[in-house]
Amino acid sequence: MPRPSDVQSRPIIAFANVSKVYPSRKESAQVVALDDIFLEVPEGAIVGVIGKSGAGKSTLIRLINGLERPSSGHVLVNGTDVTGLDERGLRQARRSIGMIFQHFNLLSSRTAFENIALPLEIAGVAKSEIAGVVEPLLAMVGLSDKRDRYPAELSGGQKQRVGIARALATRPKVLLSDEATSALDPETTDQILSLLKTINAELKLTIVFITHEMSVVKKLADRVAVLESGRIVEQGTTYEIFAHPCHETTRRFVGSVTGGNVPEWLAAKLRPQRRDGDSAVLHVAFVGGGADQPVLSRLARTLGVDVNILHGQVETIADHPFGSLFISVSAEPETLRGIIAELRAGQNSVEHLGYVS
Amino acid sequence: MSPEILQLVVWSTVDTMVMVGVSSLFGTLLGLPLGIFLATSRANELFPAPAANRILGLIVNATRSTPFIILVVAIVPLTRLIAGTSIGTRAAVVPLTIAAIPFIARVIEAAIREVDQGLVEAARAFGASPLQIVQKVLLPEAMPAVTLALTLTVVSLLGYSAMVGAVGGGGLGDLGIRYGYQRFMPEVMATVVLVLIALVQGVQTLGEAIARWLDKRTRN
Repeated sequence: MPRPSDVQSRPIIAFANVSKVYPSRKESAQVVALDDIFLEVPEGAIVGVIGKSGAGKSTLIRLINGLERPSSGHVLVNGTDVTGLDERGLRQARRSIGMIFQHFNLLSSRTAFENIALPLEIAGVAKSEIAGVVEPLLAMVGLSDKRDRYPAELSGGQKQRVGIARALATRPKVLLSDEATSALDPETTDQILSLLKTINAELKLTIVFITHEMSVVKKLADRVAVLESGRIVEQGTTYEIFAHPCHETTRRFVGSVTGGNVPEWLAAKLRPQRRDGDSAVLHVAFVGGGADQPVLSRLARTLGVDVNILHGQVETIADHPFGSLFISVSAEPETLRGIIAELRAGQNSVEHLGYVS
Repeated sequence: MSPEILQLVVWSTVDTMVMVGVSSLFGTLLGLPLGIFLATSRANELFPAPAANRILGLIVNATRSTPFIILVVAIVPLTRLIAGTSIGTRAAVVPLTIAAIPFIARVIEAAIREVDQGLVEAARAFGASPLQIVQKVLLPEAMPAVTLALTLTVVSLLGYSAMVGAVGGGGLGDLGIRYGYQRFMPEVMATVVLVLIALVQGVQTLGEAIARWLDKRTRN
């Protein structure tokens, strides 16, 4: 499968100079939700926007289907400038943009079937044709046997499957996902994410999702944009972002998945100044190619030093192995320099965190 | 109790049911759209018309704060215009309906405002027009609460209907005052009270049963 970064397809969604300010009577109370956003989503890609709560991700995703209007700038979807559309035009445009929600937003008074039929009724599809669209969708999300169940009778994962089927009912080109797995347990989250991947591959559907969890980005996204205080501080392919996070916020997000964040028990013991008999603590991040090199055993063999592993983790992200190790080694300045030089082979990055006794 | 008195009780019960039934029906026909409008017309809502919302809200409040017995007397000319007469059971329907409209409007407004805003957002995201949102989302989702609200209205109207005897409207309240109180027939008074209790119980039980049947939120 080609990576979206290699594909020079035209973007299906493009943000240009987009800002959103929530006005207030008092100048000082104005809220700048989004500040000069540039973002392109290639057709058929899965793009994740990650940020903490209040970073502006909700606003950003709602600009795509016009649930929010930008204060300035333009949002192009499938060649149409949605910022220039009136309500009627927007309603038409929204039928080619599906959306799923954190709290599912299913009608409690309608069965699974009737919920999926809702967008079709709204679009004025004839009653006789509705079943022909809804039944295959129920089958695709694996809920044919729950056809006549009400949302209250379904589990969280099943509700989100109904939500996904409903979003696909009008055969949209784009699917927007607003924290779709944030209310689900980890196992159900994985099932929903793999369903989204399948849909992306089989229907060639472009997916834009927002999340505050890097693990979701890791499992789902081809490309990532990191949002902080209304600005995109970093964007790129998932691999690039994980391999070379530049911004502090990105590093923290990446660290939460790759194990690059210093564990608390270790942080409590670390001290900046060396005392007699201390060991030095190093953080080694193995990226891509570096992860399959036997660096630690080589260290022991060539320099004759003992390596004590304090904490470690290896993950596969975008088909590349990512390793993260916290080790303690002899703190003699001479030896330490040698150790660090040896570890820096390949793409590994080494950080000297401090000392422990 | 003599057969004549018993027959009076039966006819009064029918009168009460007709007055309450007809005024509930017209009250709902007029109060429902008003309630929907009140629930959707503030700034940034589906049909933004904040000025109209405020004015109608004021009228609704004014009507609701007028004591029913005063309302009955105050609108006599209107009653005569609509019913052709200002006395009797037919005339009594007019003030009962006028009192029911703002009451129904407010309880329906409350029921609609209870609907999760996330559902409205979802419907907008699928390209629904404001009218479609009312028709396909707000009303069906508010139905259980609307049913309970209408039950409450009917029970209140049963109470109001006892006062229309003052303008020659019939019904159980009138019977209780004229025979039970003024002619000092405690058995008539007791019967009237018992029939009213039975009516209220019946309406409440029926309303709750319908609301439960409509409510699909708690099925496990």
